[in-house]
Amino acid sequence: MENFLTDNEDILFHLKHIDLDDIITLKENNFAEKDIFPHAPKDIEDCKDSYEKILGLIGEIAGEYMAPVAAEVDEEGVKLVDGEVIYAEGTQMALDMLAKADLMGLANPRKYGGLNCPVTLMSMAGEIMSRADGSFLNFGLQQDISETVNKFGSEEQKERIIPMLARGEETSSMILTEPDAGSDLQAVALRAHQAEDGKWYLNGVKRFITNGNGKIALVLARSEEGSKGAGGLSFFLYERDEHMTIRRIENKLGIHGSPTCELQFNNAPCELVGQRRRGLTKYTMWLMNSARLMVSGQATGIAEAAYREAYKYATERIQFGKPIIEFPPVYEMLTEMKIAVEASRTLLYETSKFVDLKECYEHISETQPERAKEVKAEMKKYTRLANLFTPMTKLFNTEAANRVTYDGIQIHGGTGYMKEFNAERHYRDARITNIYEGTSQLQVVAAIGGITSGTASRFIEDFIENSDFSHCPELLKQVEKAKLNFEKTLIKIKETADQDVVTYHSRRLVEMATDIVVALLFMRDAKHEERKMKVAETFIAKMVTRVEMNMNFIVGEESTLLKNYQDIIG
Amino acid sequence: MGLNLVVLVKQVPDTANITGDAMKEDGTVNRAALPAIFNPEDLHALEAALTVKDQYPDTKVNVLTMGPPPAIQVLKESLYRGADFVALISDRRFAAADTLATSYALKCAIEKIGNVDMVFCGRQAIDGDTAQVGPQTAEKLGINQITCVSEINSIDTSAKKVDATRSIEGGFEEVRSGFPVLLTFTDEGYIPRPPSAIKMLAYKNASTDVSSEAFDESYLDGESGVNTNLALWDIEAINADVESCGLSGSPTKVKKIQSVVLTAGDIKMVDNTQGAIAEMVHDLIADHTIG
Repeated sequence: MENFLTDNEDILFHLKHIDLDDIITLKENNFAEKDIFPHAPKDIEDCKDSYEKILGLIGEIAGEYMAPVAAEVDEEGVKLVDGEVIYAEGTQMALDMLAKADLMGLANPRKYGGLNCPVTLMSMAGEIMSRADGSFLNFGLQQDISETVNKFGSEEQKERIIPMLARGEETSSMILTEPDAGSDLQAVALRAHQAEDGKWYLNGVKRFITNGNGKIALVLARSEEGSKGAGGLSFFLYERDEHMTIRRIENKLGIHGSPTCELQFNNAPCELVGQRRRGLTKYTMWLMNSARLMVSGQATGIAEAAYREAYKYATERIQFGKPIIEFPPVYEMLTEMKIAVEASRTLLYETSKFVDLKECYEHISETQPERAKEVKAEMKKYTRLANLFTPMTKLFNTEAANRVTYDGIQIHGGTGYMKEFNAERHYRDARITNIYEGTSQLQVVAAIGGITSGTASRFIEDFIENSDFSHCPELLKQVEKAKLNFEKTLIKIKETADQDVVTYHSRRLVEMATDIVVALLFMRDAKHEERKMKVAETFIAKMVTRVEMNMNFIVGEESTLLKNYQDIIG
Repeated sequence: MGLNLVVLVKQVPDTANITGDAMKEDGTVNRAALPAIFNPEDLHALEAALTVKDQYPDTKVNVLTMGPPPAIQVLKESLYRGADFVALISDRRFAAADTLATSYALKCAIEKIGNVDMVFCGRQAIDGDTAQVGPQTAEKLGINQITCVSEINSIDTSAKKVDATRSIEGGFEEVRSGFPVLLTFTDEGYIPRPPSAIKMLAYKNASTDVSSEAFDESYLDGESGVNTNLALWDIEAINADVESCGLSGSPTKVKKIQSVVLTAGDIKMVDNTQGAIAEMVHDLIADHTIG
């Protein structure tokens, strides 16, 4: 039996050492449901055991059923027949399996048929499934949609929508992008109008909609006639009917198993979610942040798959009389790939924990007003961290996945360019991850505020202060050196009046902070395992130089590109 | 209208994942060295029963296994997938049972459940490969049997009959039988469903104290009532005759086990065409295998 949990020592390592106690206690509300639902945990240990069992089941479905047909799913793709999307056979099989396994409601509350798992577990689950098939997006999407309804919908909407999604009876989609509103969602024009009977209707076109064929959709639309910008947008719940047609599905580079639809709404009846005018600023942003985490997991899963293929090939392929893994350029690539995967994973899980804590404290604040004051400081702290770490992780993990899958082909040589091996599929599937749910460039925009405001610096300082790094004093010295260089750079940037210069260096600044954060997480992980110490050492050896290089460039260089770019590109 | 179904399952060593120490020196299976799994064809039989339940939701799916306490794991796996009631038939006096004694015990347990419409089991277990227990159980119950079923085609609950497809050499055969009937299943017709996560979490603690050493029944005492559909039946519970159980009820005596090492290099597939067969015969003559 193939199992993508039990064969993954690094995920098992994290499962063993990750501290989820606070999250479990908060999420389970002191195990209040233990006498209501037979599947609810009775204490922390019981809950951890349940998490491991759930992931084991996901690992089995991923390894035994999804992975063996992933290449066929890629080859077969999706079809549009008489206006209806037909999934590849393997995709449909995975959907059926997950529904039967009661896993489509992983994140949902138990009262709606879910398993009440935290975001951290979702990230692990998403990663495991994406390793099997990088194009299988329905699982993550479903959690994001149903949890958005759970957070912002009315009680009637929750009771009607979440159980059917948790049971996997229907699939779902988030409908945001339009031909003229991609990265710039403020430009959304799809019209929502309220008729005299008080009901809302949608008219217009949406494009690039993942699983736009889903029965349940959350739609961003312009509810305020004549308005411009984000303030005129509201969020709507749409249950698919004859008033929406799928005009076409896109022919894409990768993720062939996932239908990307162009939709035409013709007076389609819908319901308002939450308050008017908060569609983009509140609800879409929340949904997008959840989706960004899922995409980070997707990228990590694809990278894991690519690394494994490359490692296997490098050990089997004989050239010049020995396996190619014995050649320095090859083992260097493989080592960097493995470190990138493990860095992505530790960063993803840390970020997911922040998101979990933020959500838990927010939930307490909303549902138990008498405790709002008590949890206010924690809520603010984790909101700040989640807002910084989510785009940071999306940027880091998706770019890492692109590098890893690129080198995955490189290690295969000419063979990797051929369809017979999975390397090229992983490369194609990874390519979307740093584009959708906000490009890498937009992740920088989302993260830079947390860097310049000092959130990243405070996190780094607190982490060093509150950790016991007596097992790696030399590494700590190096990271402190990198931290100093980062701070010097920040001072310089804060003194800069020219906003273009700040924007020009934003990505480098975000990457410097991420480099230091990952180093610290590796050092923490190294406390438990000798091998992780080697990983930390190897990562930090290059990281320190990278941070210094970035500092030298930002502090010492006169932004030559900004002065010259117009003359160069016209 | 719901039916009353019994599924017979077995926990077996995973012979598909053989390692170096999988066999003892005397040629018997080293069970400790192999992971214990749900016998694959039994999983298909369970799926067939659960598919009937999907169609007729009032159907009751009872799952029985005979084995030592750790065999409770396959019963839990059955509960995770949707079985309504499971029973572990376990007693030291069942030890060393051959297929005859096993089928006798299973027959007694099925009679204890009573009013059974259909009994489902895998065609054979991967540890013994006898394919005898299903047919023998049917004979002892005095009911019809359809062996090597790949799929149930239809069920008529009012007329109490079933149409099934048998997998036979070179093709398929459609067979109809009235109830009660025992069917043995191959792995061709069904994709076993995965466990339900919700049920798995509900039943996961159903046997926390099981150990193969101490035969402790305390693990069957459910804390929150979730274990009421999990029973332990000993010889008395199923009204079995002690002499017909275990070693005393087993006429099969293994005289000698020989470890045979096959010398053939590999298997060559030959198409069922005149040309391919002629070529094979030519090759066999050429290397003096025949002629």
